[in-house]
Amino acid sequence: MIVRSMSALIARDLRLAIRHGGESLMPLIFLFSVIILIPLGVGPGPNLLAAIAPGMIWVAALLASLLALENLFRPDLDDGTLEQWWVGQCPAGALVVARLFSHWLITAVPVIVFAPLAAQMLYLPAEALPVLVLSLLIGTPILSLVGGLAAALTLGTNRGSVLLSILVFPLIVPVLIFATGAVSAAADGMSARAHLGLLGALLILAITLVPLATSAALRLNIE
Amino acid sequence: MIWKTIKVNFHRLGSPPTFYRLAEVLAPWLWGGFAVCAAIGLYQALYVVPPDYQQSDSFRILYIHVPSAWQAMAGYVVMTILAVIALVWRIRTVEIMAMAGAPIGAAFTFICLATGSLWGRPMWGTWWAWDARLTSMLVLLFIYLGIMGLYAAFEDRRKGARVACILILVGIVNIPIIHFSVEWWTTLHQGATIRLFSGESTLHESMMPPLVWMTIAVKLMFGAALLDRARNDLLDQDRRKGWVQSRLGETA
Repeated sequence: MIVRSMSALIARDLRLAIRHGGESLMPLIFLFSVIILIPLGVGPGPNLLAAIAPGMIWVAALLASLLALENLFRPDLDDGTLEQWWVGQCPAGALVVARLFSHWLITAVPVIVFAPLAAQMLYLPAEALPVLVLSLLIGTPILSLVGGLAAALTLGTNRGSVLLSILVFPLIVPVLIFATGAVSAAADGMSARAHLGLLGALLILAITLVPLATSAALRLNIE
Repeated sequence: MIWKTIKVNFHRLGSPPTFYRLAEVLAPWLWGGFAVCAAIGLYQALYVVPPDYQQSDSFRILYIHVPSAWQAMAGYVVMTILAVIALVWRIRTVEIMAMAGAPIGAAFTFICLATGSLWGRPMWGTWWAWDARLTSMLVLLFIYLGIMGLYAAFEDRRKGARVACILILVGIVNIPIIHFSVEWWTTLHQGATIRLFSGESTLHESMMPPLVWMTIAVKLMFGAALLDRARNDLLDQDRRKGWVQSRLGETA
């Protein structure tokens, strides 16, 4: 029952994203506009670019994830679907998790797939690529979770977007630090395990606690 | 019997007029205590304590910096406790109290960052370092600002307060990070000098008394400002209600 409802919601979100076409390409367009603009802005020196590559790719992933947050729950609130989440038989928390998962699929997965290419454009050493992908795999779900919480908190306000970024930014600082730390360590030929371990701990913490807060915030906003 | 009296009186605090009256009585005492403690503390800090052998007089800024840093964190813990009470029992005065804490906490965080920066320029040779302690304190400032922004963004003030209370609960993860940041990472910021529970403090005892006075002063000020802010907010929200009208009628 729960699994069926969740997969139905995810399938619907993905179908919508695909039919909107251009919109679902936004994360990728964003990633590559950042990656192309950086060498033009800071100069094409390979050493400098390799040093800032992890941070740049991560910031691009983060902002790409932020882009889609505004409409994470709002259309469902406007047409009344969101209220049905609490009326129906499937626990609302499960639907929240499903929605966050589809947000991750739509905004993060394309970035993860194309991150090695972007990293090559910034001369990141090849041995750091697996760690980069791994750090994105562990870290981007946290972005979706925290972003979803911020979207839920600001749902009842009119000027959500500015507030949204103010709320997300302080909460994802640790993710950014550990993820880019892991990639930089790998690029310097050191072990990235400590950073990745901490990142994994953050993911576990976020996955267990954030959906509860998100559901509570949504619930308050539809009251 | 006594327990019952306490319980009844505690519940009465949930009623805005009762809370308002108590806050009105309590706040001046807290302000007074703050003035006395701060006067003693500042006098000792500026005149009594000898200059440091390395930093000469510039170390004296610690008597502002350290108490505000502690209060910035302690204020957040107070707000978290209030937020839990507000979300579980839905007491309106507690919601208002929790929201009243945010601007004060933000101010203390800002004072802490500003004084640290002023001290850092001559001592470290830089206004700012991206080390774990400084960064986590900056994050705290943004969390405070986020709480204020969220509360202000709602038309329905109660709903705004409750939603912001959830944010308070989430933001508490930052407090242990700030506290342990100087142990977990190598930071430019020094480690803990004052230890309450484990081991000896490494601050010289002649430098200690003003710190104690200033810490108490800052705590009292936080309480006083919290009550005053809560009172103002309550007055503003209830300005069309009978109890405010009759109160204002009395004084006018």
